[in-house]
Amino acid sequence: MSGMLLEDGSSLPEIDPQAGNKPLVYRQFLWTRVTHWIWAVALFFLLLSGLQIFNAHPTLYIGNQSGFGYDNEVLALRAENTPQGPVGYTRILGLRLDTTGVLGLSWRGERPVRRGFPGWATIPSGQDLATGRVVHFFFAWVLVITLLGWFVGSLINGHLRRDIAPRTADLRNLRQDIVNHAKLKFHHTRDYNTLQKLAYGAVLFVILPLIILTGLAMSPTINAVIPFLADILGGRQTARTIHFAMMALLVGFFIVHILMIVAAGPLNELRSIITGWYRVDPPTRKV
Amino acid sequence: MAQLKLSRRALLKTAVIGGSGLVLSGCDAFDGLSSGGSVRDILASANNLTYRVQRLLAGRNALAEEFTEADIRQPQRPNGSTAPDDDAYKSLLSKDFADWRLEIGGLVEKPLSLSLAQLQAMPSRTQITRHDCVEGWSCIAKWTGVPLALILDEARPKLQARYVVFHCMDTIDRDLSGDIKYYGSIDLIDARHPQTILAYGLNGEALPVENGAPLRVRVERQLGYKMPKYIGRIDLVDSFAAIGQGYGGYWEDNGYDWFGGI
Repeated sequence: MSGMLLEDGSSLPEIDPQAGNKPLVYRQFLWTRVTHWIWAVALFFLLLSGLQIFNAHPTLYIGNQSGFGYDNEVLALRAENTPQGPVGYTRILGLRLDTTGVLGLSWRGERPVRRGFPGWATIPSGQDLATGRVVHFFFAWVLVITLLGWFVGSLINGHLRRDIAPRTADLRNLRQDIVNHAKLKFHHTRDYNTLQKLAYGAVLFVILPLIILTGLAMSPTINAVIPFLADILGGRQTARTIHFAMMALLVGFFIVHILMIVAAGPLNELRSIITGWYRVDPPTRKV
Repeated sequence: MAQLKLSRRALLKTAVIGGSGLVLSGCDAFDGLSSGGSVRDILASANNLTYRVQRLLAGRNALAEEFTEADIRQPQRPNGSTAPDDDAYKSLLSKDFADWRLEIGGLVEKPLSLSLAQLQAMPSRTQITRHDCVEGWSCIAKWTGVPLALILDEARPKLQARYVVFHCMDTIDRDLSGDIKYYGSIDLIDARHPQTILAYGLNGEALPVENGAPLRVRVERQLGYKMPKYIGRIDLVDSFAAIGQGYGGYWEDNGYDWFGGI
């Protein structure tokens, strides 16, 4: 931190009168930091290539097949011509929303194009399913291998048991922790707070495994190897819908994650996930 | 309270910056991947890993899931060519394919030329399976046809034969050198798979034109683009370097993976 000079020439810790009381602790193992950043990159590419793949048939269904002769649709991004010009709309569980410009119909330069997600949300930006698949399956392997490596490593180094698994005290503290988050009041300690543990646990043990399993359930070869996988997920098209829903949850997690980092002190949070070191609150005073 | 306000402002600012960063990032920074190159090749090498792992898991005989009559809820959704405009095809169609022959050649001991009636007289297999399109949709239908393995047994592939190439009668594309008719290939493991059939029947009727009349292949452990329609000739080859642009199929020449197992 000594190199970080502010405009008035003082270094950062000095402007905080309590800095002296705020010790740096080693919070994040190297393995945690490495896997975190690999996931950040992989999930970025998986999201944008996944939306590219979705755009090849921007409709989701429930069941084993896609209803062309009957209706089992849950979400569709469509475009149509109206007397007022072309419009894009989203049909979700029968509800129709006008999403012109973003979903269903967006602009490429001056030209309206019929597209599920717009060009800025896909890799590549134009319609190119083949390239989307190349990018998606490469980073899918990266995600799976990293997740397995993280799991084994975190069992061994104790990260799972010590940091992720919620304790009884955490659960007892849940209500207070929700209030703290709502007030953007954060305690900086070595340990994650209750909501952090629950959020990270949900992503690592529910959302990511489910997005991987539903991805596999869409593969016809995997379907021949383990037919029950698609069956227990409700059929191939339900699996595709769950895959999409998990994506939406991950995007939601990402947004909240970033907001929480900003609210809790971005420099300190970033330092801990880059170098491992985290500045914690001074030893607690009894109030 | 002052600190809280500051946090909220910082929050908003970050949301805006983060949001616009996401917008910029999508744009066209990665559009170069579409036109090939070494980065794309590295990314595409993951497909080889997928192929090897899936082959290891599925082996030669793992069967695709089969369904019941009750699962057939709609006509089979056609895709790709649905009404070939080729004169040769239209003339065959006008005579109900009486003059059509399936030619089997290339690296075989005994080249064959089979009429539709001859194919229909061979032992057949009927299966109700789910067709999975690379675009993401699925459709369940009942297919009837001759196991490809039986035809291979008769034609007797030579030892160096590795792939089965399907040459089709429909023009799928045009380039400077003229019309491109659909073509595709599978290896001998998939060709001899018990569910790989040359189908002439769909949902109990003759195969309709939009689904590939008179004959299409079913490769049930792969995606739809691996199942050519309107087949006219089958060649056994040891490499597809000389076919199209050398990637083993029309869609493969356009950037899709040769193995359509995922």
